[in-house]
Amino acid sequence: MQLKKFVAGLAFAAGTSVISTVALAAETIKVGVLHSLSGTMAISETTLKDTVLMMVDEQNRKGGLLGKKLEAVVVDPASDWPLFAEKARELLTKEKVDVIFGCWTSVSRKSVLPVVEELNGLMFYPVQYEGEESSKNVFYTGASPNQQAIPAVDYLMSDLEVDRWVLAGTDYVYPRTTNKILEAYLESKGVAKEDIMINYTPFGHSDWQSIVSDIKKFGSAGKKTAVVSTINGDANVPFYKELANQGVSSEDIPVVAFSVGEEELSGIDTGPLVGHLAAWNYFQGIDSESNDYFVQQWKKFIGDEKRVTNDPMEATYIGFNMWAKAVEKAGTTDVDAVEQAMIGIEFPNLTGGTAKMNKNHHLSKPVFIGEIQDDGQFEVVWATDDVVAGDAWSDFLPGSKDLIADWTAPIKCGNYNTKSKACSGQAE
Amino acid sequence: MKQFLRSVSLVLTCLLVVLSTGSALAQSQAVPPAVEEVLQKLPEASLRETGELVQQLEQVGGAEMRPLFETMLAGDLYFHKTSGELMAVQKNIAGELIGRDVFTGAELGVQGRRDIKKIRVNNRLRGQLRDAIGRIDLLHGSEAEKRTAVLAILDDLSANNLSLLQSAADVGVSKSVGDLIELANAMVRLRDGSTTDDRLAAIALMDDRLEAPVRNQLRRLVDDENEQDAAVKAAAQEALENITERIEFYGQMEQLFFGLSLGSVLLLAAIGLAITFGVMGVINMAHGEMIMLGAYTTYVIQQLMPASIEYSLLVAVPAAFLVSGSVGVLIERGVIRHLQGRPLETLLATFGISLILQQAVRSIFSPLNMQVVTPEWMSGSLAINPVFSVTYNRLYILLFALAVFVTLLTILKKSSLGLNVRAVSQNRDMAKAMGVRTEMVDAMTFGLGSGIAGVAGVALSQLTNVGPNLGQSYIIDSFMVVVFGGVGNLLGTLVGGFSLGVANKFLEPATGAVLANIIVLVCLILFIQKRPKGLFPQRGRAAE
Repeated sequence: MQLKKFVAGLAFAAGTSVISTVALAAETIKVGVLHSLSGTMAISETTLKDTVLMMVDEQNRKGGLLGKKLEAVVVDPASDWPLFAEKARELLTKEKVDVIFGCWTSVSRKSVLPVVEELNGLMFYPVQYEGEESSKNVFYTGASPNQQAIPAVDYLMSDLEVDRWVLAGTDYVYPRTTNKILEAYLESKGVAKEDIMINYTPFGHSDWQSIVSDIKKFGSAGKKTAVVSTINGDANVPFYKELANQGVSSEDIPVVAFSVGEEELSGIDTGPLVGHLAAWNYFQGIDSESNDYFVQQWKKFIGDEKRVTNDPMEATYIGFNMWAKAVEKAGTTDVDAVEQAMIGIEFPNLTGGTAKMNKNHHLSKPVFIGEIQDDGQFEVVWATDDVVAGDAWSDFLPGSKDLIADWTAPIKCGNYNTKSKACSGQAE
Repeated sequence: MKQFLRSVSLVLTCLLVVLSTGSALAQSQAVPPAVEEVLQKLPEASLRETGELVQQLEQVGGAEMRPLFETMLAGDLYFHKTSGELMAVQKNIAGELIGRDVFTGAELGVQGRRDIKKIRVNNRLRGQLRDAIGRIDLLHGSEAEKRTAVLAILDDLSANNLSLLQSAADVGVSKSVGDLIELANAMVRLRDGSTTDDRLAAIALMDDRLEAPVRNQLRRLVDDENEQDAAVKAAAQEALENITERIEFYGQMEQLFFGLSLGSVLLLAAIGLAITFGVMGVINMAHGEMIMLGAYTTYVIQQLMPASIEYSLLVAVPAAFLVSGSVGVLIERGVIRHLQGRPLETLLATFGISLILQQAVRSIFSPLNMQVVTPEWMSGSLAINPVFSVTYNRLYILLFALAVFVTLLTILKKSSLGLNVRAVSQNRDMAKAMGVRTEMVDAMTFGLGSGIAGVAGVALSQLTNVGPNLGQSYIIDSFMVVVFGGVGNLLGTLVGGFSLGVANKFLEPATGAVLANIIVLVCLILFIQKRPKGLFPQRGRAAE
C-alpha cells in the first residue's frame, strides 16, 4: 500500500514536471549553449558560455524577442568530441532549443554537424577555423583562413620581409588544413620548398626544447624567418617560454599566432612574449565606444575587473545579435525562415565598421594584426583597409578552388562547383 | 721605450674614458636643445616617424641617448598627456605607476593611469633601437655588451659598421672581443679581398668559428656560380665541412641534454609514484593531482609574497611537500586503508578522488590557468658556444630532480621510517608481529610519496601550465616510467625516466614529436612483453 502510494506520487510528480516544462517552452525562446565546461577546452569555452548568458540577459532586459523571454539551456560536452553530438541531440530533441551557440575545436563541430543537419537545427560557430565547409544549418562567425591566416602571411611578407617560414601547429584538423592552404599560398608566391618547415605537436605539448632549437637553426640561415603558429590552447605558454629562454626574440624570429588571444595571455607572464604577433578580427585594446561598453559590460557581468575579452567572444556577440535581428525580421524562430533571414543581415562590429552575413554563411569582417604588449593586450600594427568576406572554400587548395557556397535560391548549395555548375554534394 | 709608450697610451685612454663619462654626466642634467627639439616630436609621431626620430636622436645625441633607447626598448617610455613631458614609467609593488626622468632617473612621482600615454614601439623599431644601443655599447659598453654588439654586426658588414668596429678596436678591447672583430675583418677580406692568398688567410681564420653568419657566408661562397677562384672555393668547402661537423657534434650534445631534461621531468613526476605504487602497491590514480596541488601551492606562495618572487620557489618546495603530503595522508586514512588488498576498487576510488580534486581546484581557482612567475635566475640560458646553450630552468630542474632522488633514497635507506617502510612492504604480517605500527607506516609512506609529488609540482610549474589538467598530462608518463623501471625499485625509476627521455628526444628530430611518443610507447609495450617486471625486477621472496 505504502509502496503503491509512493509510486503514484512519483508518477504524478513526473507528470507535472513534464507539463511545466511544456508550458515553459511555449512562453520562452530556448537558446542552447554547447560549450565544454570541463576538460581541456574548458579554459576557452567557459568564457563563451558566459558570453552567451550575458547576451541572453541583455536581450531579456530589452524585452526579449517576439514578446517572449529568452531562456538559456546550458549543457556540458566536457571536451569529449562524441559527447558533443549526443549533447546536441539532447538540446534539439529533448530541450527543443531554437538555436545553439557552441563548439570550439573543429573536431567537435564536425561531430555535431550531422546531428544539426539531420534534425534541422541552427548552430552558430564562433571560432576561427580551417574553412572547407558550409552547412545550411551552421553560421560561421569566426574567421576562415582568408580572414586570418592569409592576411597575416601577407603582412609578414610585405612589412617584415620574411623569406623563410616555419608552420608550427598542433596535430589536428585546423592546423593541418590551414598549413596546407598556407603552404600552397606561399608556393604560389614563389617561396621555395626548402624555405618552409612544417612541424606538428600533440595537444598540450610541454617539452618544446628540440622544436625551438630546430626553429633557431632553421632561422640562422641568414634569411629573415618567421613562425606561423596554429598551436592550440595552453601548449602555447611553454612554447613562448622556451623561445624566450633559448634567446629567440621577436625581432629575430617573430611568431604570428592564430590561436593566442587576450584570454590565453591572461594566464601567463607576458614579458618574454612582447613583440610577437597575433592575427584576429578583434582585439580588446581597439578603441571604440561600443567596444568600451562591451568590455565594461563583460567585467560587470563576470564580476571580475581583470577578465579580458577576445575574438571568439566578439564572434559570439555578433552571431547572437544577428540571430536576434533575423528572428525579428522573420517573425518566427523557425529554422528555415531564420536561416533565410540571416543572409544579408548586418550588425556593427565592436571595432567599428559593419559585419555582414554572406550567402555562404560566413561573415565579412576586418582583419587586424596585433603585437603582444607586456600587459597582455595587443597593439594593432596593421589592419585591412576594408572588411574581408569569409571564404568557405579556399582558393589555394586544388580540391576546393572551384567550389563556392551559396545558400540563396537558386543555388542553395554548400559546395557548388562553378565549373561543372553542379552541387557536388561532397560536403564533409 | 715601448713600455713607456704603452703606459702613455693607457693613461690617455683612461683620460678619454673619464672625459667622455664626465661630459655624459654634465649633459644628462640639461638635455641639449637639438635633442630636446627631436624629443618633443616623439609623442605625436607615428610608428614610422618614430623610427626616423630615433635615427636623428642617435646622430645628435650620441651615447647619451642610451638610457632613452633602453627605456623605449623595454616599452617603459611614456609621455604626460597634458605637459607632454617624457618619462620612464614602471609599476611598483603596490601597482602604482612611478614616473622617472629618462636621463637622470630622478623620481617624478606617482602617475595617474589616464594621464600618461605610452610611446608605441613595434618589432621594427625594437630592432632599430637594439642596433642603435649596440653601436653605442661598442664604444662605451661593458665587455658582454661589446660582444653582443660585435656579434650583431657580423650579420651586417656595411662600411659604416666596419668603421665603427675599427674605432672600437682603437679604443681597446679584450681578447675575446678583439677576436670577434678580427673575425669580422676576415669575413670582409673574404668578401672583398682581391688576392687568393689574402682570401685563403681569411678562410683559415674563419675555419673553426661556429657563428651563424660565418657559416652562411661560406655556404653562399660555395654555392656561388660566379666565384672563379677554385682554390678559395675548395678551402671554403673544407672549412664549411669542418664547421658542419662541429655543429653536428654539438647538436648531439644538445639532443642529449634535451633528453636528460625530459628524463628529469619524467623522473620528478614518477618518483612519488615509485613510492606509493612501487613500494606500497597502491594504484594511485590521484597521483597527478598531487603534482597539481604542488603547482597550485607555488602559485599561492607567489601571491602571498609578491615582493620576493626570487625566493618564492625556495619557500614553495617545503610548502608544497606539506600540502600534498597532508592531502595524501588524508586520502590514505580516509579511503585507501579501507580498500587494502583490493586493487580494482583502489583504482576506481583514487580515480574518483582525482576528479574531485580537479573540480575542487576549478571551483576555487577558476578553470583558467594560473600565472606562476619564473624567477630571474631561472630565465635565459647559459651559452656554451654559439650553437650550444643550456637553458637555466631545465638545468636547475635536472639538478633538482637528482637532489630529490638522492634525498628520497637516503630517507628510505638510512632513516627509521625507511626501515619500517621496507619492512612493511616486504612482509606486512611479520612487520606487525615485530611491533611495527603498520597503519602509521602506511599513512606516512603515502604522505611521503604524495609530498614528493607536490615537490615535483613546484618544478613543473616552471615548465608547463598550472591548471586543473596539469596532473592528467603526467599520470600516464609516471606509470610508464615506474613500470618500465621495475615496480618497487627507486633506481629503476631513475634509469627508466632518463632512458625514456633520451630515447624520446633522439627520435624526435627524425620522426616529429607525435610519432616519437608513439614509437616510444610501442617499444615499451614490446619490452614489457619480454620483461614483465621492468628493467630492475625485485628479487627474492619480497617479489612474490
